[in-house]
Amino acid sequence: MSAPSSIPTASSAPPAPSVPGRRVRRRRDDTRLALLFILPATVGLVAFYFWPLVRGIWLSFTSWDLLSPAEFVGLENYRTMVADPVFWNAVRVTLLYVVINIGLQTVLALLIAVLMQRLSRSVLLRSLVLAPYLVSNVVAALVFLWILDFQLGIGNQLLSWVGLDRIGFFTSETWAIPTIAVVNVWRHMGYTALLIFAGLQAISPTTYEAARVDGASETRMFFGITLPLLRPILGLVLIISVIGSFQVFDTVAVTTNGGPVDASRVLQLYIYDKAFAQFDFGYASALSVAMLLILVVVTFFQYRVTRAGQTDLN
Amino acid sequence: MQQTTRTTSQQATQQTTRYARRATASLAAAVAAGTLALAGCAGPGPAAGAAEDFVVLDYWLWDANQLPAYQRCADEFERQNPDLQVRISQYGWDDYWRKLTAGFVAGAGPDVFTDHLTQYPGFAERGLLRDLNALDATADVDYGEFQEGLSDLWVGQEGAQYGMPKDFDTVGLFYDENVITEAGLSPEDLDGLDWNPDDGGSFEKILAHLTVDENGVRGDEEGFDPDNVAVYGLASNGSGGTVGQTTWSWLAGATGWKFTDADVWGTEYHFDDPRVQKSLDWLFGLVEKGYMAPYEEVGTEPNPQQALGSGRAAISANGSWMLGTYANLEGVDLGIASLPSGPVGHPVSMYNGLADSISAQSPNPEEAARWVEFLGSDDCQRLVGEAGVVFPARPAGTEAAVEAFADKGLDTSVFTDTVDKGHTLFHPVTEEYGAIEAVMTPIMDEIYIGDRDVSTLTEVNGRINGLLD
Repeated sequence: MSAPSSIPTASSAPPAPSVPGRRVRRRRDDTRLALLFILPATVGLVAFYFWPLVRGIWLSFTSWDLLSPAEFVGLENYRTMVADPVFWNAVRVTLLYVVINIGLQTVLALLIAVLMQRLSRSVLLRSLVLAPYLVSNVVAALVFLWILDFQLGIGNQLLSWVGLDRIGFFTSETWAIPTIAVVNVWRHMGYTALLIFAGLQAISPTTYEAARVDGASETRMFFGITLPLLRPILGLVLIISVIGSFQVFDTVAVTTNGGPVDASRVLQLYIYDKAFAQFDFGYASALSVAMLLILVVVTFFQYRVTRAGQTDLN
Repeated sequence: MQQTTRTTSQQATQQTTRYARRATASLAAAVAAGTLALAGCAGPGPAAGAAEDFVVLDYWLWDANQLPAYQRCADEFERQNPDLQVRISQYGWDDYWRKLTAGFVAGAGPDVFTDHLTQYPGFAERGLLRDLNALDATADVDYGEFQEGLSDLWVGQEGAQYGMPKDFDTVGLFYDENVITEAGLSPEDLDGLDWNPDDGGSFEKILAHLTVDENGVRGDEEGFDPDNVAVYGLASNGSGGTVGQTTWSWLAGATGWKFTDADVWGTEYHFDDPRVQKSLDWLFGLVEKGYMAPYEEVGTEPNPQQALGSGRAAISANGSWMLGTYANLEGVDLGIASLPSGPVGHPVSMYNGLADSISAQSPNPEEAARWVEFLGSDDCQRLVGEAGVVFPARPAGTEAAVEAFADKGLDTSVFTDTVDKGHTLFHPVTEEYGAIEAVMTPIMDEIYIGDRDVSTLTEVNGRINGLLD
């Protein structure tokens, strides 16, 4: 890349060039400048995304233990994967997590966003809603681990005071995934609500005024105006949050580490286990490629179904 | 590890947490090396001349409780060897292995590190460890001078010595004397208990008696409610995974069962043996009887010392390395009893030993060997023993530890007797431990939860033996 000194400035501009020549020149200079501006991001993208992606795909065809050279094994890892019950269980568990997490999170976030739009515009409230998002995932997970501890947690204390049986939130096979999903809903819904809220700002208040003049109720306006006009934003929010949801790792690693048995062994955790606990980087790479494919398919369908690329606002 | 400067304040660096250490490291990188070199010269080091006058050896360990003792060893070693310096780093167990692996990959690991039997076969297999017999300082060490059998655990399949024995541990029963007297028993009642996998023997009777439900009814009394237990007879150590060191290895071992077909480097696991299956069945059957907490309560991170300390459990089987922790439990009048004797006629404890290994990546293997030789000497092991934290591998060190524990009012004969009498079961040493552990842990959890029958271990055994082929 050329040095920034090649960018013409007022003082260094060549004297009296012809008018068409200048126009051509300026256009070319813009391109250079643009390239210069995106260079840092491109370097990051290539170094931290493209290269690891290509290398990861290559490694998925090898047997590699990190310490001795990778050995090409063809489709061996993929054959193992298709026959690996832990992998299929991980896919099932991850899907279950995503459904609970995204389902709950989207509904709650939408509700919060609409309330922020229609009910109160208090900045304090908006900040409060976002507060959980400022807590790190690991800290949030640890706090809930204590709150929901079977023996000592205040959550279970409350249950037993009310006269209910204690629940092994993180230690029973039935509850582990729903609990982790809800903990992450708590952390993320404020952020998601804020994204949706931004989308709501794009809907003209005159639409609502017109509806109110026609005597429409809040509920009617929500389903007749808000939801349809919010579709592209909602679609985008869904795509982003679903991708994030599929990659759940830290909360699981901190609270259950995949247990009880394999009840919360989500894909990311299994990949991590294979790579960093068992040094099977080839197989772990194959699992990562499988996850990539799942995400590509899911995202493609989401994009198509929600028509996230088109808006009805115009 | 090629750094040849002394950090500004060795003492401070060694005692800070790993986070602070990381910060210190980046700070050190940011500050010009010259500053550090100057600070190093000003330090109390014997070689206060040019920085190149001495070699710095990086030494890693995971047990914070042992750090002060090893620092004393390092000080003594540096006094005797003015040309060498030892820089000790301590990381918690989980971080330790991750950092070590990352260190190997980056070629930036320690010169010498505390090694574990579950980990070293993998390292040895990948050529990451030095053979101590091939280095001058450690070539002539007489391994017969260590406690029986400890050095054998560290001999590779081709006869290379991959570790210098540093300490050993065995398992015993910890209890609160107050709880025992409250139950109308005396500590003597816990001596000489017997156990068998069929009816649990006198051990199960004691556990039943020490269990109390919410209504104050004891486990061996009429009307006991196993679903609402206030005090469990036995503290849960979780499912124990592949090894069950403090969980079930002492039960299965007391039936005469052994993990594999050879003490070291076995090629066949024995989880298909009815003796281990019946032992597991008995242990996890305690949950239904109400004598031990269900999986739901303890999860993946059981805390038996807390269970004992809070009065949630009456007896806790645990390793000798936990002596200090149990002794410090507030309000607990600590008693220690031997494991119950099993069908073989005596108790059997797992016998596990740690050792110091030299990284093959160390640029100064001969110097590292001198430090390892010192770590394995009476001089250092006596210093470690005097700290009263673990039992060093050399008899002189073991004696020093027994005395140190006695000074704190702890009778540790239970832990040493089992070694003297040879009533031990070796910690398994095989290839592919990581993969085996990944298979076994969820399965053992499943057995603990009650979702899986122990007889299915026969099929599992075939699977893990397949990994060893």
